[in-house]
Amino acid sequence: MLGKLTWDAIPWDQPIPLVAGSVVALVILAVVAWIVLAGHLPYLWREWITSVDHKRIGVMYVLLGLVMLLRGFIDAVMMRSQQALAFHAAGYLPPEHYDQIFSAHGTIMIFFAAMPLMIGLMNLVVPLQLGVRDVAFPTLNSTSFWLTATGALLVNISLVVGEFARTGWLAYPPLSELPYSPGVGVDYYVWALLISGVGTLMTGINFVTTILKIRAPGMSYMRMSMFCWTALASNLLIVAAFPILTATLLMLTLDRYLGFHFFTNEAGGNMMMFINLIWAWGHPEVYILVLPAFGIYSEVISTFSSKPLFGYRSMVVATMFICLVSFMVWLHHFFTMGAGADVNAFFGISTSIIAVGTGVKVYNWMFTMYGGRIRFATPMLWSVGFIVTFVLGGMTGVLLAVPPADFQLHNSLFLVAHFHNVIIGGVLFAGFAGLTYWFPKAFGFRLAESWGKAAFWLSLLGFYVTFVPLYVAGLLGMTRRLQHYEVAAWRPWVVVAGIGIVVMVGALACQVIQLIVSIRRRGELRDVTGDPWDGRSLEWATASPPPAFNFAVLPEVHGEEPYWGIKRRAIATQQLAAEPRYAAIEIPRNSPTGFITAFFSTITGFAFIWHIWWLAAAGLIAAYAVFVWFAWRDVEELVVPAEDVARLDRARRQAREAWLAAHAGAGEPA
Amino acid sequence: MSATEVLPRASAPDPYRLGRRGGLAGGAGGRSLATGHGEGGPASKRVIVGFGFWIFLLSDIVMFSAFFAAHAVLQPATGDGPHGRDIFNPVSIAVETAVLLASSFTCGLSAVATEARSQLWTQVCLFVTGLLGLCFVVLEANDFATMIAQGAGPQRSAFLSSFFAVVGLHGMHVSAGLLWLGTMMAQVFVKGFRDNILRRLICFNLFWHALDIIWVALFTVVYLIGAGR
Repeated sequence: MLGKLTWDAIPWDQPIPLVAGSVVALVILAVVAWIVLAGHLPYLWREWITSVDHKRIGVMYVLLGLVMLLRGFIDAVMMRSQQALAFHAAGYLPPEHYDQIFSAHGTIMIFFAAMPLMIGLMNLVVPLQLGVRDVAFPTLNSTSFWLTATGALLVNISLVVGEFARTGWLAYPPLSELPYSPGVGVDYYVWALLISGVGTLMTGINFVTTILKIRAPGMSYMRMSMFCWTALASNLLIVAAFPILTATLLMLTLDRYLGFHFFTNEAGGNMMMFINLIWAWGHPEVYILVLPAFGIYSEVISTFSSKPLFGYRSMVVATMFICLVSFMVWLHHFFTMGAGADVNAFFGISTSIIAVGTGVKVYNWMFTMYGGRIRFATPMLWSVGFIVTFVLGGMTGVLLAVPPADFQLHNSLFLVAHFHNVIIGGVLFAGFAGLTYWFPKAFGFRLAESWGKAAFWLSLLGFYVTFVPLYVAGLLGMTRRLQHYEVAAWRPWVVVAGIGIVVMVGALACQVIQLIVSIRRRGELRDVTGDPWDGRSLEWATASPPPAFNFAVLPEVHGEEPYWGIKRRAIATQQLAAEPRYAAIEIPRNSPTGFITAFFSTITGFAFIWHIWWLAAAGLIAAYAVFVWFAWRDVEELVVPAEDVARLDRARRQAREAWLAAHAGAGEPA
Repeated sequence: MSATEVLPRASAPDPYRLGRRGGLAGGAGGRSLATGHGEGGPASKRVIVGFGFWIFLLSDIVMFSAFFAAHAVLQPATGDGPHGRDIFNPVSIAVETAVLLASSFTCGLSAVATEARSQLWTQVCLFVTGLLGLCFVVLEANDFATMIAQGAGPQRSAFLSSFFAVVGLHGMHVSAGLLWLGTMMAQVFVKGFRDNILRRLICFNLFWHALDIIWVALFTVVYLIGAGR
């Protein structure tokens, strides 16, 4: 009846997951109880859960990313403390638990922290920067989000029901095959990623269509903001790469569930094919994450240097160059496979060539700052910190791209330090830069600068104290994923890295305090004009937070940096553009389709993990029923009457008039 | 200007650059008046839906190509199991191919009927398409069952694993297509030729023809080349 699921699935004998799971369950219960008792449920259902508004979905993505970042960070603290203790000792985490922790850490950080952060910011910003009202397929967008949440939920359920994979974040066979991983851990991994992967793929399709087909009048490709370009590149990569991940995981699933021989060590199976396939997705994935991050830095550096982005066209070319070449370097993840000197040389060179595109970008950012009137607000600090940190990470990457060096450093802590260097310094810093930069757009008030700056400095310090020692330990020969070790030379470096993570905890505390303090002081931090940073692209042309329809009338774009142009005209003529003729606006109706689909996907995924076949079938049938039910509805859109549009837009214009009056006579907008 | 006014400007000379008139004003610079190209503003819903579905099809083809690649790698990995030439039934495969190509033809006819807004002929053509699709799935399932009965199931060797996976994936797509087709017939019957139904019919047609293209690749790579090994 319940497949493999019994009471023994709950780890009664392991206090750490049990206590952690209970605490999380209690917190969730308390939050749900508060929402229901305080009467917030209808609001939450109407305005958020069923929302198809790209801004709301973006906020929910970012929230999911931050919560999962916290979960992954706790894993990191456990690993660092285990290694700090486990010198000639067992430490406090038994090997089978430690293995689950590093697997969960990688899986969660990439799929459920970094991806939602980047996709969330794209959701929030891209349609606004394009000057349009929503993405191409709003309900699909909501479904994408909820399927991602399903994946995150399944991974976290594994904490208390059953176990997670002990295979590392990419579940290499033959270890991930049934004979060596007979438990449900790998199944949790596979189904969580299959389901959330569908969501990510739909996001990719949605954004490619949006950026290529839905732009404000006059918004030609070479007038799009850099973030839109990088979002386009990133989503093209999603469309091209995520199906490979889905295919690879399906093959592994067939091996595990139906006894196929794709990657087994018998009957002709080929496990290196898995490594090839997974990295054919995995390397583009790196750029799926970091390209939007580059876009965020471009926006931030240009805005806070009060200058247009230097070398815009070369930036576009570099972005698309990276987009293309990212598919030609995957083998550098396993030079040690033994493909031979020629193959390794090709991939070593192609890997080094990618650094050219990145180099172009770094110089462009520096020249953007050169001669600019730089304001070191929090987003700008993250960006400058990024440039320094990322160049370091890039150089160790080029070092690893040299096959003979890689043979020494493969699977060492040097590698671990390298990819944390680029992902933390590249993607996470961008996440925080973007968060601080666009927070006022989403919520109508800025984040408190003092705590943001403290968080930045502690993060920067914490990052270096944690990962520079790991570079050294790696050079001393320490391999990754060690539960305990006996080499005395590694000890001091591991201990320093442990201290580094304590500093990171401090940075995290600052982030939390920043959020609380900012919410409490939101009155004085309010963004009245909709343009708190003196921005240059179209998201700042509308109110903060923007109305559901984003723009009362679609902006007419006449050149690069469209909002800068609008502002300059307003200042030069000392008046806003004439009030437009307002018309009624159609916006897509909210729909619970995404939420319900994800609900049944969760059930289906859980049923497959535990071999509860009838439940899996029921879940699939129900998902199909939801699809038909959604397809059957007659009214797809809601009309916002012209009076409402006029009222909302006049309020915004009033704030802009006041701003203009305050800047009367000023030659330059402050 | 409101969203509803942002339509392709039919008055503009050759907005989609089909001819040579106005030839100099190419993509860059936002001078193109076509929707979705710059000056024209957002594209129409029909274009957006069709374009989005094309992107989906491309992603689906990428997924297939991963399975094709796996099959290409594992085709010689027969272990102690049979080779392709020992188990493929050319007659059955030829019939399957004919049936599927015929279904693509009738699917195309349904699009013609839809264009003429003929409820009856759209339904008839879709029904025949579905019938042929069902024949295909049944024939393929029969092939699979025969092979498994001969001891040539997917557990036998890596070659057979990848064979069943790539051909089976196509079969699953056709089955899902049948489910969609039935839903579309019901929708056309109940809702008539509304705009959104028409858009869905376009997508369904694209999907069905794409499955045909994938079958052509399967026929070549899996059966023709495979039978030679």
